[in-house]
Amino acid sequence: MAAKPKLWYFHGRGRMESIRWLLAAAGVEFEEEFLETREQYEKLQKDGRLLFGQVPLVEIDGMELTQTRAILSYLAAKYNLHGKDPKETVRIDMYADGTLELMLMVALAAFKPPEEKEESLALVLKKAKTRYFPVFEKILKDHGEDFLVGNKFSWADIQLLEAILTVEELDASVLSDFPLLKEFKTRISNIPTIKKFLQPGSQRKPPPDSHYVEVVRNVLQF
Amino acid sequence: MAGKPKLHYFNGRGRMECIRWLLAAAGVEFEEKFMEKPEDLDKLRNDGSLMFQQVPMVEIDGMKLVQTRAILNYVATKYNLYGKDMKERALIDMYSEGVVDLGEMILLLPLCPPDQKDAKITQIKESTTNRYLPAFEKVLKSHGQDYLVGNKLSKADIHLVELLYYVEELDPSLLANFPLLKGLKTRVSNLPAVKKFLQPGSQRKPPMDEKGLEEAKRIFRIK
Repeated sequence: MAAKPKLWYFHGRGRMESIRWLLAAAGVEFEEEFLETREQYEKLQKDGRLLFGQVPLVEIDGMELTQTRAILSYLAAKYNLHGKDPKETVRIDMYADGTLELMLMVALAAFKPPEEKEESLALVLKKAKTRYFPVFEKILKDHGEDFLVGNKFSWADIQLLEAILTVEELDASVLSDFPLLKEFKTRISNIPTIKKFLQPGSQRKPPPDSHYVEVVRNVLQF
Repeated sequence: MAGKPKLHYFNGRGRMECIRWLLAAAGVEFEEKFMEKPEDLDKLRNDGSLMFQQVPMVEIDGMKLVQTRAILNYVATKYNLYGKDMKERALIDMYSEGVVDLGEMILLLPLCPPDQKDAKITQIKESTTNRYLPAFEKVLKSHGQDYLVGNKLSKADIHLVELLYYVEELDPSLLANFPLLKGLKTRVSNLPAVKKFLQPGSQRKPPMDEKGLEEAKRIFRIK
């Protein structure tokens, strides 16, 4: 019987949140160890568990995986969320990479001084509305299917839902020009595993606050 | 018979160079269409050829692929440079992402404001010798094999060797204490397809100079 995957990260979204989403959507139970002190982090490094000295770290299937995209790709493949052939896989990768870029901008904005942070988040909204959401709206319109790729639920759908909800936290009206994305949001949110993850008390993390920023700065010393 | 892959970018390394290396190492002939002015980028955008309005874009197998990672992973899968199973692929991805992290720092160096450049170079050298090169040296040491994963050439080796050339360009002494990495660099460089790519006259691009930087800034409308 395989052990549950174990996630090592701070008690917040950051670069780990997309991994939590993917595991949760796949119906996989996982454990979490939260980094709160510099000592914990240094111990992980000293024990040689962080290949490049960085988190996220996910212990899974006897491996100690770091690098967010490596972890996400492995999970997507393992849980059949990465398409049925290379052409589907590359489309999923393109869509996921696009939304990951957006998520990363939001995650990094938390660490900027107030003015820069506002600028960053304004840019996220602009890119969401003009660069990313129109593309996904068109994809859904062109094939008229329920999911982004291959008429089957995939990592790309999970990633897009996460992006939509994250951007909506910045501006609740962001989907006003995207009727198909609104339907998509409802449809994917109602998938049982995702519905469960969206309930209070799940392992989903809240938006970064000043306490989270302080802990991360303290642990990573920057 | 399929056409050759066609690469759309400007005539410089940027984010396309790792794709050129991978295709070349796989022995795949490819064509290139260089953007030379901002209007060339506009045209690609207006044609709907760029999913997220960005390059690199590679036309291959009837698709117009964007997002560097997506392109690399597709090419690696197609030419058997991605390991034999999911676990090997995870290791290959982990190592490749490490290369990308350091490579990105080096890539963006020309855009660094002059007064911050020295500090940035110091930081890069420090990351190179304390974080990245030791990690890869340790991987090779741990199994004593010729390649990073599964005793077989993969995209991870090609990306890493490309990076080692850039590290060497920055400061040759940085490789001094990494004998296994030096060995990997020599070994991969001697593979016929890579050897050919390393010759003058190949599609490999030179380091960015002042003129190239100005051109890139103009094309991408960067101030």
